[in-house]
Amino acid sequence: MSSEFHPRNEEEARRIEELKREHLLLDHKSRAEMNDMVMEAVLDTSRDWKIAVTVLAVVTAVSLFGAWGYMMLKGLGLAGIRRPIFWGLFIVSFVFWIGISHAGTFVSAILRVFKAEFRRPFTRAAELMTTFGLAAAGLYPLVHLGRTWRFYWMMPYPNQRWLWPNWRSPLLWDFFAINTYLIGSTLYLYLPLIPDMAMARDRSTGWRKKVYTILALGWRGTEQEWKNLQKAIQIFAWAIIPVMFSVHTIVSWDFAVAMKLGWHSTIFGPYFIIGALLSGIAAVNVVLFTVRATTKNMRYFIRPEHFDALGKLLLIISLSWAYFFFNEFILEWYGGEHTVKEILKFYMFGDIAPVWWTMVSCNVFIPGLFLWNRKFRRTPWLMFLMGIIVNIGMFAERYVIVTGALSRNRFPFDWGWYEPRLVEISIVFGTFTLFLLLYTLAARFLPLIPVWEVEEGQHSHTWRRVGKAVLPAVSDLESLD
Amino acid sequence: MAGGNGHEEHTKWVMVIDLDRCNGCGACVTACAMENNVAFTGEEENAYGRGMHWLRLQRYWEGEGDELRVRFIPTMCQQCSNAPCEPVCPVYATLHSEAEEINLQVYNRCIGTRYCANNCPYIARTFNWFDYEWPEPLNFHLNPDVTVRRRGIMEKCTFCIQRIRRAEENAKAEGREVYDGEVQPACAQACPTEAIVFGNWRDPNSRVRQLAASQRAFKLEEALGTEPKVIYLAGGRHEF
Repeated sequence: MSSEFHPRNEEEARRIEELKREHLLLDHKSRAEMNDMVMEAVLDTSRDWKIAVTVLAVVTAVSLFGAWGYMMLKGLGLAGIRRPIFWGLFIVSFVFWIGISHAGTFVSAILRVFKAEFRRPFTRAAELMTTFGLAAAGLYPLVHLGRTWRFYWMMPYPNQRWLWPNWRSPLLWDFFAINTYLIGSTLYLYLPLIPDMAMARDRSTGWRKKVYTILALGWRGTEQEWKNLQKAIQIFAWAIIPVMFSVHTIVSWDFAVAMKLGWHSTIFGPYFIIGALLSGIAAVNVVLFTVRATTKNMRYFIRPEHFDALGKLLLIISLSWAYFFFNEFILEWYGGEHTVKEILKFYMFGDIAPVWWTMVSCNVFIPGLFLWNRKFRRTPWLMFLMGIIVNIGMFAERYVIVTGALSRNRFPFDWGWYEPRLVEISIVFGTFTLFLLLYTLAARFLPLIPVWEVEEGQHSHTWRRVGKAVLPAVSDLESLD
Repeated sequence: MAGGNGHEEHTKWVMVIDLDRCNGCGACVTACAMENNVAFTGEEENAYGRGMHWLRLQRYWEGEGDELRVRFIPTMCQQCSNAPCEPVCPVYATLHSEAEEINLQVYNRCIGTRYCANNCPYIARTFNWFDYEWPEPLNFHLNPDVTVRRRGIMEKCTFCIQRIRRAEENAKAEGREVYDGEVQPACAQACPTEAIVFGNWRDPNSRVRQLAASQRAFKLEEALGTEPKVIYLAGGRHEF
């Protein structure tokens, strides 16, 4: 194997050891060893895990579905929304969760097509975030309806009355964009999972073996199977990128196409995409830290180098967000339309000002202050904290856009202000626990680390001697075919 | 109006509101609520911004002390010809009627996304936040010509379409045209100063046509291109 490299002297040996400690892909382990480590983590359904699942399930049932059911029975008035702020916390959270779901695929697909080697151990953890983020987001278009039980009228289905949905409505575009993304990203999650399902199938018993057998689709690991899989993953990685961009653009169009000052903006498409990436990449940090802290053997796979790389990405995206924000804000202000100025004044100095300033601080100032620091980026718990802070900032951003713009209208008679009420807060809290519940369950059912991808990466990393120096070299195995 | 747009045979209902005549008494608001079975939400909810009135009196105060003046603008759905509420509804619950050229709201089709209300520049729409009960004796007062709405759906001014229909059917039964002034929405009927006038734009001799010829005529937020069918006549400030 490629790890068979003999250092000539002690200094060389020390340097190699150092690099191995730093980089997962240089720190070779055998396939069997890694399989065992990942399977040990998957099968670790300890008492603590069971307690966590039970608590999360109960809280989700009460806080999300209980409150939602109660609201359906009584009416949407239990939420704090009122004229003229007809959309509140539900739409805020909808956009938030779509944003979270965005970056899972971004991290995985973009880094895959650009062959960024550091992606290998955490693509799956990020993709799972996409799937469960969408599960949380997908509830809100139903939750926020006045008559949830009629939601299927938004779907085009043949019916006796020849009624068809309105294709001019952005809400219908949403419906299709989200479903396309959900199906696409789930398939994209599933493809690289097949070899790992086969691995799990061969190392488990009982009901797990039965389920893994079905999910492995009879994978045996032949040359042809690997070739087909690699090709399919490449196609999906490329194809999912435009879908991913379309989803958040269309979500931004819910606002941008409206005849509403503060919403009607031509920059909202890319602005929302950058915002989604900002919150999503921050969330990847949170997820990776949590997985690393609560799952066995993860310290080997997820290392400070990964937080470091994600931290750099986060800093770039934070600066990009600042650029779009500046463009949006300053040009609106310069336009000088009276109502727009009132909206911007409301953002900066009105009732919503604390939220607005939270947004600016958490999205730009705090990341900009700390993320340039290598030591900071390489400290997992600090990156966890940063992930939480940025997500608070991005939640605040959606809150400002949705409820803030609605608070100021062309006629001052229709100005208003909105504060969320208990039922809304409970439902939003419930989707957070739903996300955690789904992720906690998945962490003990699916191998969170794509072992074969890590192994592939380790194969492609070898040692080279150039003159007196010993250097790690990367060969591009993926395009050898 | 001539113009070869294929609509000549239709009526085009418009409303003229003379702000100089409006004294802010609020009779129109009450009459509208009685005619259209508008829910009674109570003092607290109303103050919270959940009044269901289809017609509201916008009040704007100017000056202080002895100089204090007030302007009233009775505002209801402007029945835009190019309505922003219509394209955003995913289920066609709000749509344009070809025959009357007004915005319809199909209560039974509405699923309550509230997108239309957000997109209305006049904030003319109201939402049924709860199932509302009418306190006695208002519950004996419901108009059988108008649907009672339940929770979770949007509603708005219909130009009293039930009255338009009744006049048209009477005219048809008697084999004549609807004459000018035959259709009176509840607000126009109740207005003691006759500030609100309703009629057919396509009848060149109608009162609305003559009033709208005034130099005082304007439409709310005309620059938006929504083409409202409510025409206001600018008025002075009222002493208070």
